[in-house]
Amino acid sequence: MSATAQAADLADYLPVRTLLHLLAVFTLVLGPHVAHLPVWASVAIAALLLWRAYATRRQWRMPSKLLRAALVLVVLGAVFASFGRISGQTAGTTLLCLMGSLKLVELRGRRDVMVMIFLMYFMLVTHFLYSQEMWTAAYLLLSCVAITALLIECQHLGTMSPRQTLRKGAVMIAQALPLMLAMFVLFPRIPGPLWGLPEDSGATAHSGLGDSMSPGDIASLIASDEVAFRVRFEGPAPAPAARYWRGPVFERFDGRTWARHWTQPPPLPADALHYDGTALRYELTLEANRKPWLFALEMPQLAELPKDASFNLNGELLAAKPVDERLRYTLRSNPRFSFAPPLDARDRERLTRLPRGFDPRSLALARQWKAQGLSDAAIVQTALRMIREQNFVYTLRPPTLGRDSIDEFLFTTRRGFCEHYSSAFTFLMRAAGIPARVVTGYQGGTLNEPGGYYVISQADAHAWSEVWVDGRWQRVDPTAAIAPERVERGLGAAIGAAEGLPGYLADRAPWRDLLRARWDWVNAQWNGLVLGYGPELQQRFLERFGIDDVRKMILTLTVLLVAGMTIVGFVLMRRAAPAHAPDAALREWQRLLRKLARRGYAPRADEGPRDFIARVLSARPAWRPLLQPPLELYLRSRYLDTPDAAALAMLHRLVRTLRLPA
Amino acid sequence: MSASVASVLQSLNQIILGKDAPLRLVLACLLARGHLLIEDVPGMGKTTLALALARVLGLHFQRVQFTSDLLPADILGVSVFETATGGFRFVPGPIFAQLVLADEVNRASPKTQSALLEAMEERQVTTEGETRPLPEPFFVIATQNPAYQLGTFPLPESQLDRFLMRISLGYPSAEAERQLLLERERRDLLAELTPTLAPAQLVALQEQVRAVRTAPALVDYILALVQRTRELPGLRQGLSPRAGLSLRRAAQAWAFIEGRSGVIPEDVQAVFAAVVNHRLIVAAERDGAATSAAEILAQVAIP
Repeated sequence: MSATAQAADLADYLPVRTLLHLLAVFTLVLGPHVAHLPVWASVAIAALLLWRAYATRRQWRMPSKLLRAALVLVVLGAVFASFGRISGQTAGTTLLCLMGSLKLVELRGRRDVMVMIFLMYFMLVTHFLYSQEMWTAAYLLLSCVAITALLIECQHLGTMSPRQTLRKGAVMIAQALPLMLAMFVLFPRIPGPLWGLPEDSGATAHSGLGDSMSPGDIASLIASDEVAFRVRFEGPAPAPAARYWRGPVFERFDGRTWARHWTQPPPLPADALHYDGTALRYELTLEANRKPWLFALEMPQLAELPKDASFNLNGELLAAKPVDERLRYTLRSNPRFSFAPPLDARDRERLTRLPRGFDPRSLALARQWKAQGLSDAAIVQTALRMIREQNFVYTLRPPTLGRDSIDEFLFTTRRGFCEHYSSAFTFLMRAAGIPARVVTGYQGGTLNEPGGYYVISQADAHAWSEVWVDGRWQRVDPTAAIAPERVERGLGAAIGAAEGLPGYLADRAPWRDLLRARWDWVNAQWNGLVLGYGPELQQRFLERFGIDDVRKMILTLTVLLVAGMTIVGFVLMRRAAPAHAPDAALREWQRLLRKLARRGYAPRADEGPRDFIARVLSARPAWRPLLQPPLELYLRSRYLDTPDAAALAMLHRLVRTLRLPA
Repeated sequence: MSASVASVLQSLNQIILGKDAPLRLVLACLLARGHLLIEDVPGMGKTTLALALARVLGLHFQRVQFTSDLLPADILGVSVFETATGGFRFVPGPIFAQLVLADEVNRASPKTQSALLEAMEERQVTTEGETRPLPEPFFVIATQNPAYQLGTFPLPESQLDRFLMRISLGYPSAEAERQLLLERERRDLLAELTPTLAPAQLVALQEQVRAVRTAPALVDYILALVQRTRELPGLRQGLSPRAGLSLRRAAQAWAFIEGRSGVIPEDVQAVFAAVVNHRLIVAAERDGAATSAAEILAQVAIP
C-alpha cells in the first residue's frame, strides 16, 4: 500500500465505538425479520454480525476480493435454492438482508458506513411488507431515530456522546414528522394494499376459518386472540344468542373432514329468502384472511350486498376475490327469516350422502329413529335430547378420535367442541334421511365499550348445523343444547378455568378487559384512519379542503413543500446568523464605507473607524466637513454613549445624503 | 483631553524628551490603578521618569534598589523593640509610599519579589499578624534589565501578570538626545517642577476612568483579540481572562486621557501591545513578542 493510500485510509478511519453502534443499529433494523426469513438466513446474518464485531476487536484482516465475490454468489445461490427465485416478498427481503450483511465484510471507512446507513433506511421499509400495525410503525420510527443518530455520529466522529446523537436524531425525526404527515395525506393513492406484493399472497399465514373442517380445527383457532372482524350496529344490537355470523358452509363428509361443495353453487334466487321482523343495519370491517368469504349476520338482505359480492344457494356470502386487505362493508340483516331455496331430488341425495363403511353405530341409531316413524322435527329433537341428557361434555380439549370418529364421540368419549357436536349432529340427521349440512362462522362477539362496536375474534369461531325441515333450512346448534352459555355469554363462560382456556380468555379481570377494549379501539382507529386511508378516503378528505382532482392536489403538495422548506430555511438562516445582529449604527456606517469604497478608500479589517477616516482625510482634506460629523455620530452611537434614536436618525440622514465631491 | 491630564503630560514631556507615547502609557497605567514594569537597559531615564511622576502628581516617593540579599522585611518594614515604652513599634518599610520604584526587581530572591508583588496586588501589607493598608493612590514602577545576567531571578510569568503594562522607553531620538545634552541636568529641572495634581485629585481621576463606557461592540472586539491569542499556533499560551480585564481597564484609561466618554477600538489598539506583550508566552524561541502583538492586531477584524 502506498503512503498516500495509507494516509487516505487513516483519514477515513472508523472508531471501534462507531462500528459497534453500527452493528447494534443493524441488529435493531433487521431484528423483526427473524420471524420471516429462513432460519439459515438469520443464522448467516448473525454470524456475519458477530464476525464483524470480532474482526474489529481482534484486528483481523479483511477477506480478499475473491472471497467476497464468492460469498455474494453463494448467497445468491442459497436464496434461489430456498425460494426458487430471488424476487418477491420474502425472497427479495431475504436477499436484501443478506446482501446488506455482506456489506459488513467490506466495511472500512466512513463512506461505507454512509452506504450502510442508507441501506438500513431502505431495509426498514421492508417491515411494512409483513406488518402494518401500529407497533410496527412505532418500532420503525424508533429505528429511524437510531439510524439517524448513527448518521449524526458519523458526521461528528468522536465529538458527540451517544446520548447527544440520539437526542439530535430524535429531534430531527420529530421535525420530519409534519412533512411525513403531509406526504401521507397528500401523496396520490392507488387502489389496493400499499404494501402487499401479490406474488406472495398466502405466504403469510392468517388464521381464520378454512374451506374444510376436521375435529380440532376450530379448537385450535380459539387459541388465537386475533380479531376476525369488527361490527358497528346502527341501531341496538341483537342479543348474543342471535348473533350467528354465517361463513363457509360444508356439505361433503368423508368420515372425518367436512368440506365445501366441489363446484361453486349458483347464486340464490331472490325469492328463496323471506324476511320477517325488523332489519338491522351494520357496518362490518373484515380483517384480511386471504379467503373469499365474507361474514354476515344471518340472514343478510340480498338487495344490499357489498360491491362484487354474491350470495349463493348454500347461503354463503362470497367476495369476487380473496380478501387480501381489510375490507369494510355495510349490510342489512334480519334475524328472523325463512330460507327456502329450491331443493330437488339430486340436492336431497347429495345432502344426505354419507361415506360408506364409517360409523355403523351412529348410522344404526339414526335409522332406528327413522324406523320408529318419527317426523323429521321429532328426530331433530330426539338427537338434541340425546346430546343434552347423556353426559356429554363441552370441552376445548377433547380426546383424539380414531377412524369412526362420530361413533367414538357419540358413544365413547362424549367430550367435544362445537365442531364435534355439529359434525355428529349433521351425521345423525343425514343418516335419518334429513338433508343437513355444517355451517361455520362466528357466534357472539364482545362489545368494545369505548368504541361502541363489537369485536368478533377467532375465539368466537363456531360451527353449527342446518337441517331441511318443513321445506326450509333451519339452524340447529347442538352446542347450544349441551352448553347454552356458549351462545349466550361466550366461550369463557362455557368452559371452566380448569379446562385450560387460552390465557386471554381465562383472565377476566375487569381492568384487563377494559384495557383490551381500549387497545382494540385504538387499533380500529389506526386501521380505519391510517391503513384504510386509500383513494376514496383521501378524496373525501381532500374534498373537504376543496381539492377535488389530482392535479390540484399535486399543486397543493408543491406549494406546501416549497412553503415548508422556505420556513425551515428561514429559521435556519436566522439561527446561523451571528449572535449580535449588526446594530443600526453599524449598518449606517457600512453604507458610508460602501460610498467611500466606490471612491477607492476601504478600511483594513483591523483599522478602527477613527484611524480610517483620519487616513482618508489626510489624502482628501476637503472631505473633512462631510466625513467628520458622521464619524463622530457613529462613534457616539456605537461606542461612547448608549444608542440614542436622535443620533441614529441624524447619522442615517448624513450618510444617505452624503455626496463626495471629486 | 482633560486639562489636568494635559498639564501632567506636558510637565512630564519637559523632563523626558521625545517620549510622548510611552509617557501617555505610563499615565494610563497609573489612571487605571495598575502597576508598571519598565524593561530597559540602565541609563534610559527610568528613575528620572519615576521622580518626575512623583513630583508632578505630588506623590510620596520611595525607591528600593533590589539586590540578591534584600529581605522582605527590608521592603515591608519591621517591628523594633523600644526600651522606652517596653513594646514593639512597627517601622514601615519603603513600600509605604504612594509611588514606589522597585529598581532591578529581578536581582532579588523570589521570596522578596513575591513580597513586593503581593503587596502590589492586595494594596496592603501583613506582617506579624497585622494588616496595614498601603497609601492611596499606590503605584509601583518596577524596572527590569532585559539582558539576562548571572545571579538574577527573572520574574515568572504568573508574576508578570500582576503588572498592568510593560513598556520600554528605549533610546531617545537623535534630536531629543541632542537637546538632552544641550540643556541642564534633568535632576535640576525636576526640582523646579511644581505638582500640578494633588493625590486626592488623582484618586478622583481614577474613579472617572472606571466610569468610561465600554460598549458591547467594543467588548466583542476585546473578546476577538483575546480569542485570537488562544488560537495562534506561535503562542504557547493565550491571554487569560484577567488579561482581558486588564486590557479593558487600560483602554478605558487611554480613552479617558484622550478625553472620550467611551472606549473606541483605537484605544484598545493603542494599549494592546503594552498590556499584552509580557503576558504572551511565545512558543518558539522567537524574540517576536513585540511584533506578535502587532500581528495579532492586524489579524483581528474590528466587529
